[in-house]
Amino acid sequence: MNLTKVDEIIQEYEGEDSWLVMILQDVQEDFNFLPELALKRVAEQLDIPLSRVHNVATFYSSLSLKERGKHIIKVCDGTACHLRGFVNLRDEICRQLAIKEGETTNDKLFTLEVVACLGACALAPVMAIDGKCFGNMDTQKVEATLDLYRKQTQK
Amino acid sequence: MIKSIQELSKRQAKAQKEYYCDKVRISVGAGTCGLANGAGEVLETISDEVDKQGLDFLVRQTGCVGFCEGEPIVDVMIPGLPRVFYRDISPRKARELVQAIAQRDFRSEWALARLDKDNLLVELERDVSGKLNGLAKVPALHELPFYKQQAKIALRNCGFIDPHNIEEYLASGGYSALAKVLSSMEAEEIIDSVENAGLRGRGGGGFLTARKWRSCRKADGYPKYVLCNGDEGDPGAFMDRSIMEGNPHSVLEGMTIGAYAIGADRGYIYVRLEYPLAVENLRIAIRQAKEYGLLGENILGTDFSFDVKISRGAGAFVCGESTALMASLEGLSGEPRAKHIHTAEKGLFKKPTNLNNVETWANVPVIINKGWQWYSKIGSDNNKGTKVFSVVGKVKNTGLVEVPMGISLRQIIYDICGGVPDKRQFKGVQTGGPSGGCLPEKLLDLPVDFDGLTEAGSMMGSGGMIVMDDRSCVVEIARYFTEFLTKESCGKCTACREGVREMLELLDKITIGQGSTEDIELLEELCCYVRDNSICGLGKSAPNPTLSTLKYFRDEYEAHVVEHKCPAGVCRELTKFEIEAETCIACGRCIKACPVEAITGEKKVAHEIIQEKCIKCGACRDTCPVDAVVTL
Repeated sequence: MNLTKVDEIIQEYEGEDSWLVMILQDVQEDFNFLPELALKRVAEQLDIPLSRVHNVATFYSSLSLKERGKHIIKVCDGTACHLRGFVNLRDEICRQLAIKEGETTNDKLFTLEVVACLGACALAPVMAIDGKCFGNMDTQKVEATLDLYRKQTQK
Repeated sequence: MIKSIQELSKRQAKAQKEYYCDKVRISVGAGTCGLANGAGEVLETISDEVDKQGLDFLVRQTGCVGFCEGEPIVDVMIPGLPRVFYRDISPRKARELVQAIAQRDFRSEWALARLDKDNLLVELERDVSGKLNGLAKVPALHELPFYKQQAKIALRNCGFIDPHNIEEYLASGGYSALAKVLSSMEAEEIIDSVENAGLRGRGGGGFLTARKWRSCRKADGYPKYVLCNGDEGDPGAFMDRSIMEGNPHSVLEGMTIGAYAIGADRGYIYVRLEYPLAVENLRIAIRQAKEYGLLGENILGTDFSFDVKISRGAGAFVCGESTALMASLEGLSGEPRAKHIHTAEKGLFKKPTNLNNVETWANVPVIINKGWQWYSKIGSDNNKGTKVFSVVGKVKNTGLVEVPMGISLRQIIYDICGGVPDKRQFKGVQTGGPSGGCLPEKLLDLPVDFDGLTEAGSMMGSGGMIVMDDRSCVVEIARYFTEFLTKESCGKCTACREGVREMLELLDKITIGQGSTEDIELLEELCCYVRDNSICGLGKSAPNPTLSTLKYFRDEYEAHVVEHKCPAGVCRELTKFEIEAETCIACGRCIKACPVEAITGEKKVAHEIIQEKCIKCGACRDTCPVDAVVTL
């Protein structure tokens, strides 16, 4: 595992441990999750106990110690989305990908996450794939939306 | 680099001239909602068509004007003519619109509204009333029911200026307030103005802003910190996102004024992770403000310096709580602490700290510019100024609405937002997110302000307003918020960690039909315990959704436990759908909508649900055009 990227990220924050939450987010962006070795490196470089790094890495819901898929699907369970069909939308995605909330497909293509609110409530229900927002979703649109990303991979 | 206050006014005048130049300007609302609705493609198409036709048009992107229902929204400004807003512009329409505008044809059939007077910008007015040129049939923006009762202070300029270009903020009189305080106001005078204006924190608690500033100013210690809470964790609220995306400089200017009054030289903006565009736009704004000498060392040539950094949250609702937010900024897990030591004295890094939310900061420059006398005339007693609400859920015109405080729920939901769609019945409105409550129809005339809502058992919160119709189950909504809070409780105090989880268990039991009348009583008792024994605001207010629904919708709880029925047809274990043969028009829509192929039927034959296959998702009911799907 190449950890020079971790060092670079810490450099960007001038080795300040107060930026730990941001540092871990950037490391995750690079590795797609937080590998144990990277966490150890962060602790070493910031000169803080590994337990503190673990404490932060497990406290915040966007940080993941598990390997995630290539595309991250975030289904919004904000109040507006909840009222306008979140449950059906999530269930349909689960059905199509044959995974549960929080899991990754066998081919490592998709990870399904449920998030508190994407802040696009007017377009409820909403889901986002790799940060791109899809509004006014319904169960019938799920397959076509997922296909956009499946095709990307085939190319 | 702008080195003096005189130079700033020159730059503003120049920027205004450029903003209202002699060219046609087309802007696309490219906030998160706009982009999710295809604004990116619309913007590309417009640029492409302008190039193709060799037109000398300016193409810009702006933030959101708040009318989310009409996204993507495009506005066109032709010199000397009213500004025209268009709704639901697809790439195909966009291309046609460019061609039409080139011929001076307004395509008024696509127009949402026209704006004769650009007085929405704080400092400047452009009046072209009377020059209608075929636009007579297009309503004026201020006459639209959606905008008629609105008063834009915090959302001023959102959707009107390009957030990526500081020049446009200057054109709207931006940074005048900062110049005013640096050149002619003492710190105490600024705090007095904010106090007299009656500004209360827009993040939820409604604490007097000036009082916080004053205690932080008086506190001993160096450095002092000024923070902006952009964590906006309440699901259903997105006004802070809209401000950060659409008018980031208003937040920076407000913070800089606050820092000057408090005597701070550094600050942070804490933005939640789910708002990447807000982070990007704030980054650009900070960079530009520094280049212009409006942030950083020796602002506007004075000896006042202030620097701001952005920090991203990592997905923890509790970090909207002030002490948890500070813990997160220190690189720790976001656990709140008891507040017997005030953060004004010992906050971030144990130094004097002042925290206000995005909307509060955005109000500050206007109070300084227009004066507290002007500001304090807006709103009701003890609740001065405006508040932005995000009105969403089962309502016709979803969007961001900024109204003077004290206006009634009915005015917001019915007059401005058009009421409940699809001829459904209004059931209730949830305000204040997971810390707030659910109010019934009989309270629709309640004045909406900090005090009114708290008295009714709900709260203002950050301003989320979620409208529910007769197909929304209030028990399920209470369960939903309680589940949310179970996940988001940081686990530090027992009352919240264990209590909220026990509440969820009872609510779960009730929604699957296994609850009893005793469970409802136990639930109520537990709610009071959690409310009275939790450390921080999250736990103290966690029972609000349950307590308020118990107070106003007890019959619905009873229907769940006594009759084992969910009146709204939402709780799956208590619901059975059937198609009324005599009402069914055999259109086939429900067959297509059913995700599990549980509906049979063909043309001219009434459809039928196969109960063994049905998963009670209600997709058939939502799609049926004649309400033939009923619950038993």
